[in-house]
Amino acid sequence: MSRPEDILPPDLFYDDAESRKYTTSSRIRNIQADMTNRALALLDLEHPSLILDLGCGSGLSGEILSDVSAEEGGPHTWVGMDISASMLGQALERDTDGDMLLADIGQGVPFRAGTFDAAISISAIQWLCNAETSDVSPEGRLKRFFDGLYASLKRGGKAVCQFYPKNTQQRNLISQAAIKAGFGAGILEDDPETKNVKYYLVLSVGGGDVTGAVREMENVDVQDARRRERKRGKEVERKGSKAWITRKKAQMEAKGKVVKNSSKYTGRRRRTAF
Amino acid sequence: MKLLTLNFLTCARKTCKSTAAAFPLHPKEAELEQVEMELNPLFVKNMLPRLDWEAMKTLATELGLPNLPAETPVAEELANESGEPTQTLRDLHTLLMETAIASGKLVCGNCGHEYAVKEGIANFLLPSHMV
Ligand SMILES: C[S@@+](CC[C@H](N)C(=O)[O-])C[C@H]1O[C@@H](n2cnc3c(N)ncnc32)[C@H](O)[C@@H]1O
Ligand SMILES: [Zn+2]
Repeated sequence: MSRPEDILPPDLFYDDAESRKYTTSSRIRNIQADMTNRALALLDLEHPSLILDLGCGSGLSGEILSDVSAEEGGPHTWVGMDISASMLGQALERDTDGDMLLADIGQGVPFRAGTFDAAISISAIQWLCNAETSDVSPEGRLKRFFDGLYASLKRGGKAVCQFYPKNTQQRNLISQAAIKAGFGAGILEDDPETKNVKYYLVLSVGGGDVTGAVREMENVDVQDARRRERKRGKEVERKGSKAWITRKKAQMEAKGKVVKNSSKYTGRRRRTAF
Repeated sequence: MKLLTLNFLTCARKTCKSTAAAFPLHPKEAELEQVEMELNPLFVKNMLPRLDWEAMKTLATELGLPNLPAETPVAEELANESGEPTQTLRDLHTLLMETAIASGKLVCGNCGHEYAVKEGIANFLLPSHMV
């Protein structure tokens, strides 16, 4: 399947027809809702918060933020940024609650320092790796974006960006840009090594605890893996588990590579870091 | 665009970001609308310390709204002894959450760039030579 990012720039790809198709597809709505709820769980917000939604599109992610109940720390207020006027038009038609800017997040984040409690981005930031013109580079756009995002969050604030990296190189390009901007960062993988794998870049501005949130969610991964096991009727080892590492090491050794000796610490959980 | 959002929005140009004159943006030919929103006392309380009250007063004056109190209201003024929302809270809610710019322009006090607002959405796309 070809990636939309490789076909057209985002504002042209998400034209009126595509934006309507995207927003009315119940399959897409379900997937985006699941990922938004996952991001919210990672943000772990305790009070009604001001949240920036980057690449907010037609507000599928935003409306979930508005709907969080008081018992769960909501409802939240959001401000969205998106480069596609058609997507924002869909949001207007659906009468979502958030304020929106027609803006290119690769040009920066135009809010004063410490504005937001948190930020989310669902299925958008991989677009930053496709620079449309010769006077801008993916590196330059990622820098603008992460520097601006970092400044716009309050101290202790967190951001969760679910994204679709094209390959490992792109994934690293994005996470390195976040770290350079000053974020504490970790990547969480849901359904690793399946075609439904989802990547969440979890970011914190000094003092925030990324590792706590991610560690807690890793337990969910374990359960996910067990569920898959049962369905397929065969053993699936979780990526990063001791069994997995031992098997990979054996593979590497067979290829003549030097690997670290296994120890009682092998496969134990560490602090999330790159 | 809610006045709440305007209390945080700055000019997007890199050369303006660090200058005091780039905030707040100044509404021009602005048409206001009143949008009903549910009262969210905890949210208003959360936002209070983050508001730039001087900018809020400037905005109110430029939009021809009634004068605001000289100082930012404090959290204690938002609820009475029995925990009921006060008039201060309701006024803040109306001002921040329910008063919005439907159309017009937002002008940077530093570079003079005008950001158009249509159907409540501000256009912050910059031509590449201005980024
Ligand atoms: C797959 S959609 C996701 C929309 C929404 N977050 C959701 O979950 O439904 C990706 C969105 O990212 C936006 N986007 C892509 N590049 C962007 C950029 N440079 N600045 C702002 N938005 C961008 C697109 O216009 C599109 O609306
Ligand atoms: Zn300016």
